[in-house]
Amino acid sequence: MSRVLRTLRRTAFQAVPTVIAIVVIDFFLLRLAPGDAADALAAEAGSATEETMAALRAHFGLDQPEIVQFLSYIGNLLHFSLGYSPLYNMPVSRLIGERLPGSLLLMVTAFSLALVIGIGAGVVMSAFAGRFADRVLSIIALLFYSVPGFWFGLMLIVVFSVWLGWLPSGGAETIGSGLTGFPWLWDRVRHLILPAFSLSLFLIAIYARLVRASMLEVRDQDYIRTAKAKGLSNRVITLRHMLWNALLPVTTVAGMHFDAILGGAVVVETVFSWPGLGRLAFEAVLKRDFSVLLGILLLSSLIVIFVNMLVDLLQAWLDPRIALR
Amino acid sequence: MIPRRTPLALFLRNPTGVAGLSILLLVIAGALLAPVLFPDDPLDMVTRPFVWPLQDAAYPLGSDSLGRDVLAGIVHGARVSVLIGFASTVVGVVIGTLVGATAGYFGGRTDDALVRLMEVFQTFPPFLLIIVLVSITEPSVATITLSIGIVSWPTIGRLVRAEFRSLRERDFVLAARGLGYSAARIVFLEILPNATAPIVVTTSVTVATAILNESALSFLGLGDPNLVSWGSMIGAGRDQLRTAWYLAALPGAALVLSVLSLNLVGDGLNDALNPRARGR
Amino acid sequence: MMPQPLLDVRDLFISFGDTAAVRGLDFTIRRGETLALVGESGCGKSATALSLLRLLPPAGRVVRGSILFEDRDILRLREKEMRRLRGGAISMVFQEPMTSLNSVLTIGPQITEAIRSHDRISARVARARAIELLDLVRIPEAHRRIDEYPHSLSGGMRQRVMIAMAVACRPRLLIADEPTTALDVTIQAQVLELLDHLRRDLSMGLLLITHDLGLVSDWADRVVVMYGGRKCEEAPVETLFRSPLHPYTRGLMACSPKLASDLFFRNGRLPEVSGSVASAADVAGCPFAPRCASALDSCRNVRPDAKPAGHRDHLLACPVHAPAEHALAFG
Repeated sequence: MSRVLRTLRRTAFQAVPTVIAIVVIDFFLLRLAPGDAADALAAEAGSATEETMAALRAHFGLDQPEIVQFLSYIGNLLHFSLGYSPLYNMPVSRLIGERLPGSLLLMVTAFSLALVIGIGAGVVMSAFAGRFADRVLSIIALLFYSVPGFWFGLMLIVVFSVWLGWLPSGGAETIGSGLTGFPWLWDRVRHLILPAFSLSLFLIAIYARLVRASMLEVRDQDYIRTAKAKGLSNRVITLRHMLWNALLPVTTVAGMHFDAILGGAVVVETVFSWPGLGRLAFEAVLKRDFSVLLGILLLSSLIVIFVNMLVDLLQAWLDPRIALR
Repeated sequence: MIPRRTPLALFLRNPTGVAGLSILLLVIAGALLAPVLFPDDPLDMVTRPFVWPLQDAAYPLGSDSLGRDVLAGIVHGARVSVLIGFASTVVGVVIGTLVGATAGYFGGRTDDALVRLMEVFQTFPPFLLIIVLVSITEPSVATITLSIGIVSWPTIGRLVRAEFRSLRERDFVLAARGLGYSAARIVFLEILPNATAPIVVTTSVTVATAILNESALSFLGLGDPNLVSWGSMIGAGRDQLRTAWYLAALPGAALVLSVLSLNLVGDGLNDALNPRARGR
Repeated sequence: MMPQPLLDVRDLFISFGDTAAVRGLDFTIRRGETLALVGESGCGKSATALSLLRLLPPAGRVVRGSILFEDRDILRLREKEMRRLRGGAISMVFQEPMTSLNSVLTIGPQITEAIRSHDRISARVARARAIELLDLVRIPEAHRRIDEYPHSLSGGMRQRVMIAMAVACRPRLLIADEPTTALDVTIQAQVLELLDHLRRDLSMGLLLITHDLGLVSDWADRVVVMYGGRKCEEAPVETLFRSPLHPYTRGLMACSPKLASDLFFRNGRLPEVSGSVASAADVAGCPFAPRCASALDSCRNVRPDAKPAGHRDHLLACPVHAPAEHALAFG
């Protein structure tokens, strides 16, 4: 375990300057945004006098010098405050906090789906390499890689919701249904399937192709020949010796595409009216609420850093050869 | 004829790569010929609303909720996708190559700083950053192109850096330095021509990603409001999903075909230029 | 009456695609004896070894012949029965211990899985047996080493682990394919001594594949010399070293400085066998003919079979150098 702890310390250390840079850039973008909270409120209200605007600015600290604003921004961050959204009339962090679990649920489900389906497909493809099953699955993988998630989501809605009526077309649950226990869970699952699948398409393709290539490479290694010479069954060889070694490159890639999932969540959540950060970001764009938008940007960047660290740790745990680099 | 083992020959013998290239050329041709084939503004209302595809010979793909020609929209949409896709890739490749070459060739603290820069840019979820950039400025072809380009350069930068790092130690570079050539000359005239293979392969994937990003952007209504693009057509079709689902399906199919063709070309290029790295 | 041989290989033909790697090989191994299969790289000895376990790579095929192990033809067995043989009755130790062990698993599971795929015993008992095996192959502190990863062991120890895995189920035949080629010279003797000891302990037949004549002279009972996929000469070890008959065998012995140790200081060039290993497919007659100083025209056209020469156990595939009194046998 100490190997893992050492990796943790190393990656945490390296992440610090990146975090600082992201915070600075985020602030910079915030200042670049046209108009500020006072303008936004004035636009909501219809109009405002000069004095009202000045008072609003003073209230939000918008008339302070840049550096003071920056420092108060940092100070706020350290208190986990991302500012205040004048349009939603609540702190940004609370707003984000309400929507974050929805997005996390969606993304984690999409990720898990992608891992299971992708790795499974990759193993099958490598087992039938060059034959019909492999070719068919390869074409499907390429299609999944080329399809925009939002359009596929719409098509899924057409098929499963409009034509077949099996699955709901949006939302995270049936509102006001008063379900509890297992029916409630089933209702949530029914709402989750289509958006999670739409979000996972891209990843499924990547994992399938990667696992296929990886397994084929591992298959020719000497230790597989040794395993066969020991008289082990094909199933044991594939699952225990080949798969474990073949998954190492997958862990590298796993973190790399997480940011694509975050971006994809914006459109998928919009298509499925899913209550999450993605749709919140979209609403914020429409309403020109930049404090919310940039709060989401900051938070998701931090999540990406966190996930990258997790991937590093996972690799250190999986591969005993990775010691201190 | 073309010598047997050159990359071009290898590419042309790959059936999927050739298929992809054919589709791609078709798309590009459509994009270039749009003003010739459909000289009118695709946003014009030309017929009654909700004509289904294959019902009216004049409008083979039907019309939308405002009576606009779907086929005209799709062909004009190709222009937008191709334009933004390629232009933003140019931006990304130029920036990425410059940064990557500098980092890879000079090494040391310059390298550390530039690597850190690439890391920072890669930490922002790309689509989110694009949305932020486009909404801070106003959506237009120029801003969208720049935003997508800004988001795509780090991938290319890393690639170029890796190539330059390995090529830097080669004999022909040492020879050039021994002759007193300036750094710029070595980078552009000596090393860069040898590093083009991975850049070319990544270019097609970058264009594909750019097209997807642009379509997502216009789907959300953040595209250039004066232009018809596939994403905006899908976005408009979303409201008629129950009755006129072809409005969302057809532009999407065009999108899938274009991106697929780019991926096929990318795979073909990869096989042709990196025969060692080819899978079985 | 001669005891039934443990392994009886007859007329073995192995090809890789269009190239023939082994062209009509015969040999036998008796229980408890060490047979050395000697030759340069490319002579087909590794292909032979792999074919005994039916582990040839996808490009390789046994075109013809039979491999009788305890009177059963291995080539006719179903895959399921073959798997029972592998690791159980016939085991193999490979040349490169580093790449032949799975680097993401500790040593323990790699040994216990070999045990448990042939014996239905619990994990705990298997682990205890694994520790005993590590002791048997003289790895110090076996109870600690069993939980280590391959990369924290030295090359010699890794090879011992491979040997432990191979003898875990008390095989009747152990194939060692260049077991010490990748190891330091000082370790080589230890590993071979271990193999010999285990052979006697477990009454195994040992097929030792090597290109090193020094090892052969120290550890083998009988020797088969291969060239170009064919057997050139076969004899008990003392006979071979005392009177090698085949030009290739003679060339090999002359090249090996250790064996010419009575001439400790040579004031001349090290002798070599001129030419290079011919592709076995190219030659119609004797594969060694292109490089042979005493080749006749007939050598290039007629493929010589191995026939007794002198001593009844001494087989020779060379009509030119057969001892005079038996020249008539080569009609």
